[in-house]
Amino acid sequence: MSKARFDVKSYPGFVQLTVLCLLILYLPLMVVAVYSFNASASIVNWEGFSLRWYADVFTGPESAKFKLAARNSFVIAIIAATVATAIATLAATAMIRGGKFRLRVLSLGLISLPLMVPEIVTAVATLIFFNSIGFERGLLTILLAHIAFCIPFAYLPISARMQGIEDTYEQAALDLYATKRQAFTRILLPLMMPGIVSGYLLAFIISLDDFIITNFVKGAGVETLPTAIFGAVKQGLKPNIMAISTMLVGFSIIMVTVSYFVGKKDN
Amino acid sequence: MAGGAAGGGSTQGDTYKEVRTWLLLPTWATLSILVLVPVLLMLVYSFLTKEFRGGVIWEFSFAAYDQFFCDRGLFGDEPCSIEWTYITIFWRSIWQAGLATILSLFIGFPTAYFIATRPAHVRPLWVFLITIPYWVNLLIRTVSMRFMLREEGPLNNVLVWSGLTDAPLQMINTNFAVQIGLFYSYLPFMVLPVYAAVERYNFSLSEAAADLYASKWTTLRRIVLPAVKPGVIAGCILVFVPSLGAFLAPDLLGGAKNFMIGSLIEEQFKGNAGNWPFGAAASMILLSVVLIILTIYARQQARAGGKER
Amino acid sequence: MSDGTVHAIDVRNAVKRYGTFTALKSVSLSIKDNEFFTLLGPSGCGKTTLLRMIAGFEDVTEGEIFLFGDEIEKLPPNRRPVNTVFQNYALFPHMSVLENVGFGLEMLGRGKAEARKRAGEILEMVQLSQFSGRKPSQLSGGQQQRVALARALAPQPKVLLLDEPLSALDLKLRKAMQLELKHLQRETGITFIFVTHDQEEALTMSDRIAVMSAGEMQQLGAARDIYERPENRFVADFIGETNLINVIVKSKDGNRVLCGFENGLTLTCDAVPGIDVGQSGHMSIRPERMKLQQEQVEAENFRGTVIENVYVGTDVQSIIGLDGGMRLTVRTQNSDRGKARIFEPGSDVFVDVEFGSARLLAN
Repeated sequence: MSKARFDVKSYPGFVQLTVLCLLILYLPLMVVAVYSFNASASIVNWEGFSLRWYADVFTGPESAKFKLAARNSFVIAIIAATVATAIATLAATAMIRGGKFRLRVLSLGLISLPLMVPEIVTAVATLIFFNSIGFERGLLTILLAHIAFCIPFAYLPISARMQGIEDTYEQAALDLYATKRQAFTRILLPLMMPGIVSGYLLAFIISLDDFIITNFVKGAGVETLPTAIFGAVKQGLKPNIMAISTMLVGFSIIMVTVSYFVGKKDN
Repeated sequence: MAGGAAGGGSTQGDTYKEVRTWLLLPTWATLSILVLVPVLLMLVYSFLTKEFRGGVIWEFSFAAYDQFFCDRGLFGDEPCSIEWTYITIFWRSIWQAGLATILSLFIGFPTAYFIATRPAHVRPLWVFLITIPYWVNLLIRTVSMRFMLREEGPLNNVLVWSGLTDAPLQMINTNFAVQIGLFYSYLPFMVLPVYAAVERYNFSLSEAAADLYASKWTTLRRIVLPAVKPGVIAGCILVFVPSLGAFLAPDLLGGAKNFMIGSLIEEQFKGNAGNWPFGAAASMILLSVVLIILTIYARQQARAGGKER
Repeated sequence: MSDGTVHAIDVRNAVKRYGTFTALKSVSLSIKDNEFFTLLGPSGCGKTTLLRMIAGFEDVTEGEIFLFGDEIEKLPPNRRPVNTVFQNYALFPHMSVLENVGFGLEMLGRGKAEARKRAGEILEMVQLSQFSGRKPSQLSGGQQQRVALARALAPQPKVLLLDEPLSALDLKLRKAMQLELKHLQRETGITFIFVTHDQEEALTMSDRIAVMSAGEMQQLGAARDIYERPENRFVADFIGETNLINVIVKSKDGNRVLCGFENGLTLTCDAVPGIDVGQSGHMSIRPERMKLQQEQVEAENFRGTVIENVYVGTDVQSIIGLDGGMRLTVRTQNSDRGKARIFEPGSDVFVDVEFGSARLLAN
C-alpha cells in the first residue's frame, strides 16, 4: 500500500464510488432476481426458494398473454434487426468506402437522427405519420418503426469496424484480379463480420427492449413483452412479472456477452 | 449518443464510390420516410385543430401553442397572460434532468477515472461491466428501482433494520425517486465518454504537476479536468438529453405530482381525452430544446477541433 | 522509346493532381524488361503515387502508361497483369497462407485445385511450405513479407510492383531480404519496380534508379552513376553523404574548369553543361574521397585544422576547419593498416581531394 501513497494517478474515495456505481447499477436487478424465486405470493416477505413463479409464467392464468407477447417481441426483433443490419452494412460501405461526397454529412445526420431526437418525440411523430396515411396500427407498424430506429445502432459497430480495416485489403484483392463485387464478398464482408454480428445483436436487443415507441404505434390489443410488462406493473408488481423480467435480463446479458466476445476475438 | 454517431464517420478509402448512391438508397428511404417525414408531419400537426376523440381537423390553428404558453381565463376569452402549468412542467423536467446529470457526474467521473487507471488488459472488462445495464431493458430496470424504493421495499428494510431511521421513508412518488431513476437509467452514458477521455489523458502531465508541487486535488482540478473536459461535456449531454424527455422514470417512480414533459406528451395520445395538436406542439418544443443543446455542443466541438489543428 | 525495343513499362508525361495540389509533374520514364528498377526519393516525392498509378489504384490525371506496348492507364487494377507487394503486406487475415497465395489464380478463374497446387509450388520456392495452413497473424514479420511476395508472384505478373516492402523489417532481416529479392528477380526474370526512401537499399539492389523529388524525376541511371555523377544538388545531397560547397567558375580549360570557393581557395574539376565561366554553382565532394595528411603534396591541398573527430565504427569522421573559415567533413577508414592517418583535434593538416571526385553541379 505504501506504493499507492505516491501514485499520482489514484485518488482516495474513487474506488468506493466505483463500487457504489456498480452497486447502483446491479443491486436493483439482483434484488428483483432474488425475489423472483420467492415462494410467497406477496412481494414483501421472503418465504423460501421456489420456482413457482417461473412455472406460473409458462402455465399460469396469464401464460397465454405472455407467450403471445414474447412471440411478437422476438419475431419483430429478429426481422427488424436483420433488415436494419443489412441496410446499415450497405450504408457503412458507402460512408466509409465511398470517398468524400457532398451528401455524406447529410447522410450521417440522417443516420444519427433517431439517436438525437428524444424517443418520445420519435414515438409521437411515428404515430402521427401512420395515422395520417391511414396505416392500421398493429404488428407491422411496430416492425417498421423498429427497423428505422435500429439502423443507427447497427450502423455504429459496423462502421467502427470498417474504419479499422485498411482499404489496402480490397486493393490487394483487386490487384489479384478480383472484381469489386468479389473484393466485397470475399474480403471486406468476412473482415467486417465481427462488427456486423455485434451490430445485429445490439439492434436485436434495442428492438426487444423498446417500450416507448412500441407503446405509441402498437394497435389496441397488440402487445410486446415490454408493453405487457408495463400494463401488468401498472396494476401492481407481482412475482410472475419479476420472473419474466429476470429471464429477459438474463437473455439480454447473454446476448451482450456474446457480442462482446465476438468483437474481442478479432482484436 | 450523438457524439458516438459523429465519431462513426471518417472515410477510409473510396473503393465503392461508384455505387455509393445505391448503397445509401435503402437508408435514405427508410429513415426519411419513417423518421424525417414523420417529424416534419408532427410540426404540421402542431398547427392543426384538435378533434375531440383524438386526431386532428385539417384547419390551421395556433391553439396548441397558445394553450401551452397563454392563460386566457376560465372561458378562454381574456387576453394572454402567461400560463404557468406547462412551463412549470417543462422547468421541472429541466431541473430533474439537471440534478440527475450532476448526480451521474459525481458518481460517474470517479468510476470512469478509476477504470481508466486500471491495467490496460482489464479495462475492457470494466467497461463491459458498466455497459451491461444499458442493454438491459430500461422498463425492467425502472421497475426494479421502484421495487427497491417502495415503502416496504428492501432499501427501507435495510434503513429501519440498521436503525438509521425509525420508520420507513417515503421515497417512491417523490422528486428524489425520479432523479434516482433518471440517474440510474443513464449513468453508463456518463461513464463511457469520460472514460474514453481519461484513457487518452497523458498521465505524465499529472506526474509533472506533482513534481511541480501541486497537491493531488489541485492536479485533478487544474490539470486533469481541463484535459478531459470534452468527455465530461459529452457525458453530461448524453445523460441530460434523454433524461429531459424521459417517460418511464417519472411515470413509474414519480407518480402524478411529479409530472414531466414526457408524461405530458404521452397523455395527449392516450385514450379519448387526448389533444393531438397540443401533444405535437409539446413534442416540438422538447425537440427544439434538444436540438439547440446539440447544436451548441456541435459548434463548440467544431471550434475546439479547429483550434487543435 | 524510339529505339524499337518494347519496354516493360513506358510512362509518358504522367501527371497526377489532387485538386490544386500536383503530386506528379509530368514524369516520363521507360523501364526495361527483366530489370530491377527502383523509384527512390524522400516521402511525399511522388514515388508511391507513380507506383500506384502503374498498379491502377490512382487515376492518371494526364499522360499514358504502357505495359509491354499496351496502353493500360484506363484499366481497373484487376485487369492489369501487374501485381503489388504492399507496404504493410495486406495479407487477408481471415485466409490461410495457402488461400492468400492462391487468391489471384482463383480470381483469374483457374479453379481452386490448380490455384492451390500452384500456390504450394510458390510457397516451396520461398521456403514457407510448412506454414501453408497458418493464418498470416501466426507468422513473423519476415515470413509475412515472403508470403506477400509469393502471393504477388503466384499469378506470374508481367511486372511486380514493390511498395517499400522491407520498411517494417529490422535491419538484419532487411539486409537478408534485399539479397533474396535480388536473387528472386534474377530467377523469375520478372521486371521489378521497387519503391523506397532508403538510398542504401536502392544502391544495393537496383539495376537502375530513378531519383525523385517534389513530384519530379531528378536523375535516372545506374546505381554507380547516381552516386558518383549526381546531376544536381538534390541528388548529391540525398544519395550518401557529401560536402556541398558554393563555388564560382573562374576559368575554363578544355573540359576542365577552375572553381573558386568563398574563402578564396580554388579547385579544378570536370566541366558540366549548363554552367559557364563567371556563373555560380555547387561543388559536391564525398567525405571518403578526401584524405588528411601532414604535409602539402599538391598545390590544390587545403590547409586546415582538425576541429572534432566523430567515431562512427568503421570510420572516423573529422570536421576540418579550413583557413579562411569553411568546414569540410572528411571520412577516414578506422584501420591501422590503412594508409590514411587519423589526426587528433587541434592538429594542423592538409586535405587532399582525390582526383576526379569533385563534382560541379548547376544551381
